[in-house]
Amino acid sequence: MSDRLIESASQTAGPYVHIGCLPSWAGIDGIYPEDLGATIAGPGARGERITLKGRIFDGAGEPLRDSMVELWQADAAGLYQSPGEYRGAADPDFRGWGRAATDADTGLYRFDTILPGAVRSGGVTHAPHVALWIVARGINLGLHTRAYFAGLPENAADPVLTLPELAGRVDTLLAVRDGGTWTFDIHLQGGRETVFFDV
Amino acid sequence: MSDSGPPPRLSPRDFSVQPAALSPAYRSSRLRAPERKLVALPGQLGDLTGPAFGHDLPGAADHDLIHNFAAAGASALGPRIIVHGTLRDESGRPVPDALIEVWQANAGGRYRHKNDAYLAPLDPNFGGCGRVITGADGSYSFLTVVPGPYPWPNGGNDWRPAHIHFSVFGTAFAQRLITQMYFEGDPHIALCPIVNAIPDKGAIDRLTARLDMGRTVPMDMRAYRFDIVLRGPDATMFENGTGG
Repeated sequence: MSDRLIESASQTAGPYVHIGCLPSWAGIDGIYPEDLGATIAGPGARGERITLKGRIFDGAGEPLRDSMVELWQADAAGLYQSPGEYRGAADPDFRGWGRAATDADTGLYRFDTILPGAVRSGGVTHAPHVALWIVARGINLGLHTRAYFAGLPENAADPVLTLPELAGRVDTLLAVRDGGTWTFDIHLQGGRETVFFDV
Repeated sequence: MSDSGPPPRLSPRDFSVQPAALSPAYRSSRLRAPERKLVALPGQLGDLTGPAFGHDLPGAADHDLIHNFAAAGASALGPRIIVHGTLRDESGRPVPDALIEVWQANAGGRYRHKNDAYLAPLDPNFGGCGRVITGADGSYSFLTVVPGPYPWPNGGNDWRPAHIHFSVFGTAFAQRLITQMYFEGDPHIALCPIVNAIPDKGAIDRLTARLDMGRTVPMDMRAYRFDIVLRGPDATMFENGTGG
């Protein structure tokens, strides 16, 4: 296929990614009414409300305070709010996509969303999970990972969590529950390095 | 909801044209690069779907960085330009209705961000962000001023080339891309450790916008052309007739 084009090269989002993607967070008011991706689940969204939060640690154990994380997930019934969803209509009050900065002091990111349903596709059932995409200064190509929910029975048969190459590393993909809040810390490098995917 | 079955799988990413996670001359990458190999997870529905943004998202001035932060009757300082191009996928098909967000420094190389302490002054009439939705033919354009180069703390006397950051959505979360656009003829491009994290000269060249005299507005503004390519459908699967 000689006429195929080649994907544009990625470059780091840099330390000022917020100017373009979260301008109100960066203190730039008056251009957009609000930052994109603030609301994942509208007031009428079906499902169990949860907060997903955590920090992203570098190889020295320091939390990133200048990164941006995007979330993409199915609704409570396991359907995606996307033109590419072919299995049914997703919850009209659930957007499924969110965007957050890591806090400039604490390094915490936070998403207020709902617990996703299992995704049944191609004869396979995927345990409830959210996809996360991480960009920052020092990250040349955005990193894809997934947060699963520790303790859910569907995890045992999930086709990703049971991949042989994830043996010994599955814990890095499990968010931990405390009431309605799930904590998912990400380690970019080192002994507790999170599993990142080539999707 | 689509009537056409599952979205097509994407071609495997060609890492020979992408920057390595660890590029030591770019010092920030040293502690932020994973050491383990990425785990291949192709063709998952969640990654082949993605959010859509309507044409009503951008406000009337969102594409015009010359004016979208300026006081009434004022405009940003610096050389006025149109930046335009086409968003396509690897199969050459235009990507319509896609959100492109941009951000940049002002003409003096200063960002409107609390962490930027460069001594060049802020421009009171320049914010530095804009967004557009691509047209039916994948085209986009916005108006801005040429950003200035700026020094950055990378351990030596490093200066970024003039550049504009681009954040691009396709139809699939797996197509998500953030990159930087450079300007034809800038001698800083060859010196920059962030640019040189890309191992392929052709890939760097494709991030370099060309002066486009055909799209200039006489006595008003020059133009630069910057085309963007996202990952496309898997050619092998289409040849086999199993596109879904």
